[in-house]
Amino acid sequence: MAITREDVLHVAALARLEIPEDEVDTVRDQLGAILEAVGKVSELDLSEVEPMTHPLDLVNEWAEDEPRPSLPRDEALANAPDPFEGQFRVPAVGG
Amino acid sequence: MAPQTSEADRTVIDTLRLTAEEAAGLLGRGEVSGDELVGAYLAAIEARDPELHAYLHVEGERGNGVPIAHKDVITTKGIPTTAGSKILAGYTPVFDSTVAARCKAAGLPILGKTNLDEFAMGSSTENSAYGPTRNPWDPERVPGGSSGGSAAAVAGGLAPWALGTDTGGSVKQPASLCGVVGLRPTYGTVSRYGIVAFASSLDQVGPLTKTVRDNAGLYALIAGKDPCDSTTVELPAPVVIPEGTDLTGVRIGVAREMNEAEGIDPGVGERVNEAIRLAEELGADVEETSLPRSVDYGLACYYLVAPAEASSNLARYDGVRYGHRAEIDGDLTALYSRTRWEGFGAEPKRRILLGTYALSAGYYDAYYGQAQKVRTVIAQEHAAAFERFDVLVSPTSPTVAFRIGEKAENPLAMYLSDVLTIPSNMAGLPGLSIPCGLSEGLPVGLQLIGPQFSENTLFRVGHALEQAIGFDYVPERLT
Amino acid sequence: MSWEPVIGLEIHVQLKTRTKMFCRCENVWGEEPNTRTCPICLAHPGTLPVPNRTAIEWAVKLGLALGCQIAARSLFHRKNYFYPDLPKGYQISQYDVPVASRGRFVVPGPDGDREIGIVRAHLEEDAAKTVHVGGAAGRIHGAEASLVDFNRGGTPLVEIVAEPDVRSGEEARRFLQLLRQTVVELGISDAEMEKGSLRCDANVSVRRAGEEGYRTKTELKNMNSFKFVADGITAEVERQIGIYEAGGEVVQQTLHFDPQKGTIAPLRSKEEAHDYRYFPEPDLVAIEPPEELVERARAEVGELPGTRIRRLEAEVDFDLAYGLVTSGRDGLYARVPGEDRRAVANVLMNQLAATGVDPAAVAGDELGKLIDARETIPRQAFLDALAASADDGFSAERYLAETTVSDASELDPVIDGILAANPGQVEAYRGGKEGLLGFFVGQVMKETQGKADPRAVNERLREKLSA
Ligand SMILES: [Mg+2]
Ligand SMILES: [Zn+2]
Repeated sequence: MAITREDVLHVAALARLEIPEDEVDTVRDQLGAILEAVGKVSELDLSEVEPMTHPLDLVNEWAEDEPRPSLPRDEALANAPDPFEGQFRVPAVGG
Repeated sequence: MAPQTSEADRTVIDTLRLTAEEAAGLLGRGEVSGDELVGAYLAAIEARDPELHAYLHVEGERGNGVPIAHKDVITTKGIPTTAGSKILAGYTPVFDSTVAARCKAAGLPILGKTNLDEFAMGSSTENSAYGPTRNPWDPERVPGGSSGGSAAAVAGGLAPWALGTDTGGSVKQPASLCGVVGLRPTYGTVSRYGIVAFASSLDQVGPLTKTVRDNAGLYALIAGKDPCDSTTVELPAPVVIPEGTDLTGVRIGVAREMNEAEGIDPGVGERVNEAIRLAEELGADVEETSLPRSVDYGLACYYLVAPAEASSNLARYDGVRYGHRAEIDGDLTALYSRTRWEGFGAEPKRRILLGTYALSAGYYDAYYGQAQKVRTVIAQEHAAAFERFDVLVSPTSPTVAFRIGEKAENPLAMYLSDVLTIPSNMAGLPGLSIPCGLSEGLPVGLQLIGPQFSENTLFRVGHALEQAIGFDYVPERLT
Repeated sequence: MSWEPVIGLEIHVQLKTRTKMFCRCENVWGEEPNTRTCPICLAHPGTLPVPNRTAIEWAVKLGLALGCQIAARSLFHRKNYFYPDLPKGYQISQYDVPVASRGRFVVPGPDGDREIGIVRAHLEEDAAKTVHVGGAAGRIHGAEASLVDFNRGGTPLVEIVAEPDVRSGEEARRFLQLLRQTVVELGISDAEMEKGSLRCDANVSVRRAGEEGYRTKTELKNMNSFKFVADGITAEVERQIGIYEAGGEVVQQTLHFDPQKGTIAPLRSKEEAHDYRYFPEPDLVAIEPPEELVERARAEVGELPGTRIRRLEAEVDFDLAYGLVTSGRDGLYARVPGEDRRAVANVLMNQLAATGVDPAAVAGDELGKLIDARETIPRQAFLDALAASADDGFSAERYLAETTVSDASELDPVIDGILAANPGQVEAYRGGKEGLLGFFVGQVMKETQGKADPRAVNERLREKLSA
């Protein structure tokens, strides 16, 4: 199935990537070519095959409920682009 | 190789030749100090890295162990870690990855952080936001990727050994193109904690070294269960540093599709066939076999699974807690979308979009779901082969190092250079690449694949062949 | 023809484990912002989740209390969407194979049991807290902004999805109160709606009685008290009925209930396009709860609140039984001897509740003695005794010793004084306003600090007033 301009814009919105208007067609062409190549997987009838969710079949990997020290607040915020009063500031949410 | 001795009769450290094992010997016998050793590598970096650009950051830690270079997806506390991306420019981790911590605990000083394709997405290191790395054998050519910086550093004498990561072949392929030894371990044997994630179900850390023995030594140091990574396991048997050259009784399979695939350079095929004949002379039983669907569908499968996981793994780069944030007055969505478009390079963006599409409503079953089933098929096909064989051999890369820019404009052509490393990776299997000679004056890599946890077998066979082949890992142009 | 509300509840229960779901930061409430974070819950590059064993055990326990099947094998999935309170850009949750599914929860009511189906109960991680600042009233000049505090980010939640079996706001409140009592008794959550450790969303629609299938539903959010849940749902049901009866159509949307105004308004939605791209979390392995884990959990699930209400209802009425159980007083009720069970229940729900003593610490038989004697000891002595009933070594003796004033020789002087002090009222009474008797009784009780025996006072007053 060929990927349309609308598909590209929808996926870009989901992925939070602002594709400049004049690049949308290029992106669509590249994705189209790759999708055509990878579409090869649908040649196989695998209705009877289980998907591999993990290379090793491990189960019940968990940790005991015992606290370990958290980061000092200044370290937590050390890499923040816009720290404010000990918190991470962003443009108003829901806006 | 014994170190040369000058008139002044003090040890001169030839970083181009010195193996990690020899370096440890010099330190152990007190013939050189830790500072002298690190100093020698810093001097080599100063001399040759302006041309090679293997390093993104030179740290030059002092210490009394054999120094090491880390691919820049390996988180190092207090040392910048960028994943080769602008979106992590200026990011300084507040914690150590488990592998970095284990190297630190073993007393290995950090020389620096090596260049890579952005977020380990690529096969040439041209996708680095900080410029390409050049191949020590020919600066006009790529070192492979994505661990091209680590491979070039070891081949160019800028580090005795280094760590890389391998998702679709990112340790094996650059090792092949730079004429060094590279291991992609069994999935789950090396911790991913603190490794900037690309594709979680495929990523593994692996050593790049001059010799197989060095490789086994470094693997022994980083491998084993990590409570911080739920997907790791304890090694079923301790790592054995290989010795000897006898391969009697070793059953080697030569998968037709992996050795006759179109696009394999004639010169590459010849070197690999010579290596296979040597294996027979050393006592191995060699037989032809077949992995039809693994080779046919592996690439397509990989380019659905890896981008899908990547699209999710790269969602955290939003300019809120760390990394690049766009200068823009606008709402949150606008800030996210601009920040991510500015911060990511072309290849990550391509794969995020591809992966998002493969997971999105209505396409999941046809793409991601189907690809995960193909993975099962590939794993079963390999398992069947390993009932008859201990090791499968093939070229690591269909070609020798290609010219910088040659494939930059054509993603699909670039993807093809991993066609032989991907299938076993999809099955979670270990693979070792060792140099097996030159073609057109450039190194050719031999790929050895084994069943899960067969690293000791790969080291044994790799070491035997390494001795028999007698490849000189020092690039002629640098001698 | 009448309307039938169809209500499906989605409840989030915050587990009170010591640490978060996937990292070992402390799981605490009300600390300084961003003082309980680490590279994992801040989603720094390369970090990986490690599940909290206790959270998994508690989810199994809750699943069993809800009568669910415990999955032999369950998986974590990634739910992908962008929001500043979601540091990884995805929430680790469960999708097609949750820890628990297909259960039933019995909600007793005044007119019989209602059985609410449970679709699933799954484990997930909570989002961080964002607060709005700036704007006209804000502390920052110019642009509006939000501040993110990651202390709560990554704390364990169990999300419970119920079948659309609830039929009224009142029934929703009861379902929620019984669920709260259940998790509190299991010891896995504080379940305080005001603190957000118990959250409820409701999918509401209505249909004609007897109508097949469902009509368009709306989602009600932010109802942070039991009362608001009842009021919000009731208001939304009425709104929808109003729309249909005016010949209109209900629009599918997310709504916010304003408890102050009692009104309902649309809420701005998180993502323009809801496509969460769920896929199995590759950083985690499957959960296969071992047999002994499940059996231990099963053993720790006691008799459910709903069942206990039904049992008590036979002795006292439904409201008292419901009150005793949902206030955690039925344990004490059982320990208190006494013929008149309603009287015992009433004292526990009223006077004793008013004292705020911990029911668990009260000695049942001592309290029983007090309740038997409550008519014959001064009211104040009775209340003081209740207040002290949880003190260790409490004995009813001292309070029972205090007796009421009932003989005329003590009462007459008081009564005469009061009659003398209120000639007007005396006139009015004698003129036929007999209702004033209560006034005089009150005065006497006041004068005697409640020690006078009301019956005796009534008698003497009547005599003297009709004299
Ligand atoms: Mg939820
Ligand atoms: Zn944490």
